[in-house]
Amino acid sequence: MSALLELLLRSIFLDNLALSFFLGICTFLAVSSRVDTALGVGLAMLAVMTVTVPVNNLIYTWLLAPGALAWAGLGDVDLSFLRLIAFIGVIAAMVQVLEMALEFHIPKLYRALGIFLPLITVNCAILGGSLFMVERSYSFVESLVYGFGSGIGWALAIVLFAAIRERLKYADIPDGLQGLGINFIIAGIMSFGFMAFAGMG
Amino acid sequence: MMANNYWKVLTRPLIDDNPLTLQILGICSALAVTTSLDTALVMSVVVICVLALSNGAISLIRHGLPRSVRIIVQITIIASLVIIVDQILQAYAFELSKRLSVFVGLIITNCIVLGRAEGFAMHNGVWPSVLDGIGNGLGYALVLVIVGAIREFFGKGSLLNVQILIPASQGGAFEPLHLMLLPPSAFFIIGGIIWFIRRKQPRQVEKPEFSLRPEQVGDSR
Repeated sequence: MSALLELLLRSIFLDNLALSFFLGICTFLAVSSRVDTALGVGLAMLAVMTVTVPVNNLIYTWLLAPGALAWAGLGDVDLSFLRLIAFIGVIAAMVQVLEMALEFHIPKLYRALGIFLPLITVNCAILGGSLFMVERSYSFVESLVYGFGSGIGWALAIVLFAAIRERLKYADIPDGLQGLGINFIIAGIMSFGFMAFAGMG
Repeated sequence: MMANNYWKVLTRPLIDDNPLTLQILGICSALAVTTSLDTALVMSVVVICVLALSNGAISLIRHGLPRSVRIIVQITIIASLVIIVDQILQAYAFELSKRLSVFVGLIITNCIVLGRAEGFAMHNGVWPSVLDGIGNGLGYALVLVIVGAIREFFGKGSLLNVQILIPASQGGAFEPLHLMLLPPSAFFIIGGIIWFIRRKQPRQVEKPEFSLRPEQVGDSR
C-alpha cells in the first residue's frame, strides 16, 4: 500500500510529466494564457490519462508482450513492436468514447472543454505515460495509480503555470523575451520547484 | 528561379521560421534528449529521416486522400515510419536506443511531423515536400545540437563523451555544473536561445498584451 502511495506522489511531483520529462509541453505553452481554460485542459488530460494507461496495460500484457498470446496457443509470438500503433489507436478511441459520454451525461463540462478534448489524442504526455508504463513494467494496479497521478501532476502544473502567466501580463518584460521566451524561463523555475520534492523519497 | 525556391524551402526553417523557437512545435521530445550531445544528434537524424519520408509519402498520395480520413492516414504513415526507425535503432544501436528511452516512439505525436504533413505536404509536390521535411528537421536539429552541446559541456566537461575539461574530482580545475543535467536548465537554455534570435530578428518579437502608458513611467506616488 505504501509503495502505491509513493508511486502516486512520485508521479505527481517528482516525475511530473510536463516539468521533468517535457511531455505535453506544446499544449502546456499553447493553452495556458488563462486559468479557466488551463483547468479544462487539465481535467480532460486527467480523465484520458486515468483511463488509457490501465487499458493499454491490459492490451500490452494480454496481446502484445512477448509470450502474451500463450492463452491462445501462440506462446512464441512477440508483437511488442506493434505497441506504438496499438496505443495510439486506444488513445484515439478512448478520447472519442469520453467525448460521447461527456456529451451525453455532463453536457456542461463537454461544452467547457470544447476543442481541447479531441486535441488530446496527439498530446505526447498521454502516449508518453503509456510508453513509460511499458518501460517500467508496471502491474495493472500500479498503472492505474500511475495514470491518475500523472494526470493530476500535469493538470496541477498547467493551472499553476497559467496563474503565473495571468499575473505576468502586466509585467514589463524585455522585448526579445516577451511571450514565448519568458514562458520558458517560468517553466524552468517551476521545474526547479517540483524538483525540490526529490528530497521526499 | 526554381532552384532558388527550393533553396528557400530548405533554409527558411533554420532561423527565420524555426519550428521550435517560432512555431512552438515539437518541443516535447526536444528537451528530454539533450542531456548529452550524442543523444541529441541521434534524435536529430531520426527526426530528419521521419520528417522527410513522411512528407514525401503524404505528398505522393495527397490527391487520392479523402479529407475526412486524412488525419488517420497521416498518423498511420508516421507511426509506421517511427516503428521502422525504432526497430533499426534497437537492432544496430541498442545502448543508444535505451538512453533515448520512450522519446523515439514519441516522434509520432511530435507536432512538427503532423504539422508539416498537414500544413505543407498536403498542398505541395513530392520534391518540395521532402525538402521542407529536411529543412524543418534541420531547424529542429540546430536547436537540439546547441542545447545538447551546452548541457554536456558544462554539465560533464565533455563533448560526444570525449573529456575536454578535467573535473575537480580528478585533479582538474573544472567543477561540473550538475544543474545542466537536470530538467530546468533545458528550459532556461531554450528561453535564452529564443531571446538571442529575437534580438537579432525583431520581426519575431511578440507584442505585449498590455503596456504602460508613457506618462506613467517613472511616476512614483
